[in-house]
Amino acid sequence: MRKSLVKMVMVLAITAIAATSLVAQSYAIVFKNTGNPYGEKQMSGFKTGIEEQGFQAILRAPDQPTAEAQIAIIQQLIAQQVASICIVGNDFDALTPVLQQATAAGIKVFSLDSSVNPAARLTHVNQADSVKIGQTLVQAAYDMIGGKGQIAILSATSQASNQNLWISYMKQELQLPKYKNVQLVKVAYGDDLRDKSVSETEGLLKAYPNLKCIIAPTTVGIAAAGKVLTDKGLKGKVFLTGLGLPSEMATYIENGVCPYMFLWNPIDVGYLGSYVATALVKGTIKGAVGDKFAAGRLGNYTITKAPDGGTEVLLGPPFKFDAKNIGDWKTVY
Amino acid sequence: MSERTISLDRPRSLKRFFFQWEWLLVLIFLLVNVINSGLSRYYLNFRALIGSTNSFLDMAFLVMPMTFVIILGNIDISVASTVALSAVTMAVGFNAGLPMPLAMLLCLVVATVCGLFNGLILVRFKELSAVIVTLATMIIYRGIAYVILQDQASGHFPQWYNYLAWGNFHHVPFILIVFAVCALAFGLLLHRTSFGRKVFAMGNNLTAARYSGIRTDSVIVWVSALTGLMAGFTALFLTSRMGSTRPNVAQGYELSVIAMVVLGGVSTSGGSGRIGGPILAVFIIGYLNYGLGLVNTTANVLLIIIGSLLILSVLVLNVRLGGRIPRPSSPRAIKPDRGRTPDEK
Repeated sequence: MRKSLVKMVMVLAITAIAATSLVAQSYAIVFKNTGNPYGEKQMSGFKTGIEEQGFQAILRAPDQPTAEAQIAIIQQLIAQQVASICIVGNDFDALTPVLQQATAAGIKVFSLDSSVNPAARLTHVNQADSVKIGQTLVQAAYDMIGGKGQIAILSATSQASNQNLWISYMKQELQLPKYKNVQLVKVAYGDDLRDKSVSETEGLLKAYPNLKCIIAPTTVGIAAAGKVLTDKGLKGKVFLTGLGLPSEMATYIENGVCPYMFLWNPIDVGYLGSYVATALVKGTIKGAVGDKFAAGRLGNYTITKAPDGGTEVLLGPPFKFDAKNIGDWKTVY
Repeated sequence: MSERTISLDRPRSLKRFFFQWEWLLVLIFLLVNVINSGLSRYYLNFRALIGSTNSFLDMAFLVMPMTFVIILGNIDISVASTVALSAVTMAVGFNAGLPMPLAMLLCLVVATVCGLFNGLILVRFKELSAVIVTLATMIIYRGIAYVILQDQASGHFPQWYNYLAWGNFHHVPFILIVFAVCALAFGLLLHRTSFGRKVFAMGNNLTAARYSGIRTDSVIVWVSALTGLMAGFTALFLTSRMGSTRPNVAQGYELSVIAMVVLGGVSTSGGSGRIGGPILAVFIIGYLNYGLGLVNTTANVLLIIIGSLLILSVLVLNVRLGGRIPRPSSPRAIKPDRGRTPDEK
């Protein structure tokens, strides 16, 4: 008893000393923009992971979802000599110069959720297999509309690399003969802003009166579309699916506007990112294919090859939310 | 030169010299720096400080022509859309096969034409206010940019183009050097040429200026074209910093630029102000952003702080102007008759 107490005091003392001497050991995450519940969850997961390892987390997000604003934030983080920067990119290419500057300053740079150019990152933390996400969403829309009719996609910004990747796999899936009666009429961009997503949804409904289904692979977009379809009483006429937060989408899943949707746990994505960050800084991994590391409560992960030519870590398969299980999940995230 | 004789009626005194708005701005600037260096131990790093200018200087090119516009008593809210349109034409031109230098020239030409168009409407339809005209062209220019590029991005510029925003000349950012040259040129134009004096005269009293033989229309058109040209500069540097462009770039720049000009002590009723104030304001807001960013202030708190600073400064400026302390103005700008009755204030 006494021994363990002494041990505990010693551990505490060492952590305290380590904490003071390692002020520079802070780990930053830069999300796309503020006021995005999905982003808040992701950042909170990152913070939990960093703090349980005894380091300091810096959570940043610009007020507008633009690369300009993220560049300014990254410059500030370079000046603060953070140990690592985890970027959720607003643009695949525009952040390359500033991220290379960060790398030159000895900072470990990697992307999470929405990737940046492989030339500017060590690795990328991906939620799920992008090909599978594209296939799953198209399959869902196909089942909802009974295999025939017009569908549209409501995305975030036209530069969001994860969105574009998923959309390209959706289009690829739609090439299959099975989908010959399904017509993708438009990809609209709501910029992950609520008001723009609402007006883009309204625009889609006006322009395509025969629209049967909207796929919104973004949490802001799907919630905005859910609200528009509910307000206009289009339940059963225009279906909605995509990637959404259970807490925001519970109303629309329960009222039937959105029969089911998918997502992974954004808290886990951020949490996984925090262990990638520390492993990169410690040198346990270099971001190369085959590197292995332990990610706390999530278990062990291996870095794999990414479709864009770089490397990535996959969290796991997307999870399906429907009327049966939404009640359990809406309070979680 | 007769104007200057009149201005000598008010003797230069030490008190008047130090009660100028610019001194207050210098004070605010120093205060911002002192607070910032107290907040973060990473702030006082010369290389980082001077390097961080590239994140706010692209917008600053617009501050100088906007100073002219506001001294004229006008306003231009179409500048950000001009930036977007010219940047988009440059990108599309380059990707259609134009050599990069020509594409850059195209960017400046398109921007100047946008400005010129504003100016021509303003002088042709005098009954329309500048806010309405530029509100219309703001929507039109942004609309054209969207029509050209849709919701897409365009880029893949040559490597050397990065130098504009990221390059250093003997450790000094290239953009800072270009900005300094432009600032000097605009300062000379406003305070050392007859063109500048015409701008002040027109801002004070347009009718009187016209009757004293100033070709007011041509001044308005020139200032508008100059504003367009500088929007082209902003587009060049912004696109270089981003590496690509899209129709929604520079969103909200017009308001930030106007805020900097007003914080710089330029009166929104026209006729008074100096180029130094807005330039100081650029650095105050720029470093405030940078410093608060270093201590990881969230974006929304930043907006609140900058808004408060703006309203506070404008309040101080206006209360002071209405009060006992003499109006701060360059000797050249002072006219005994402002063409207004006192109760108009």
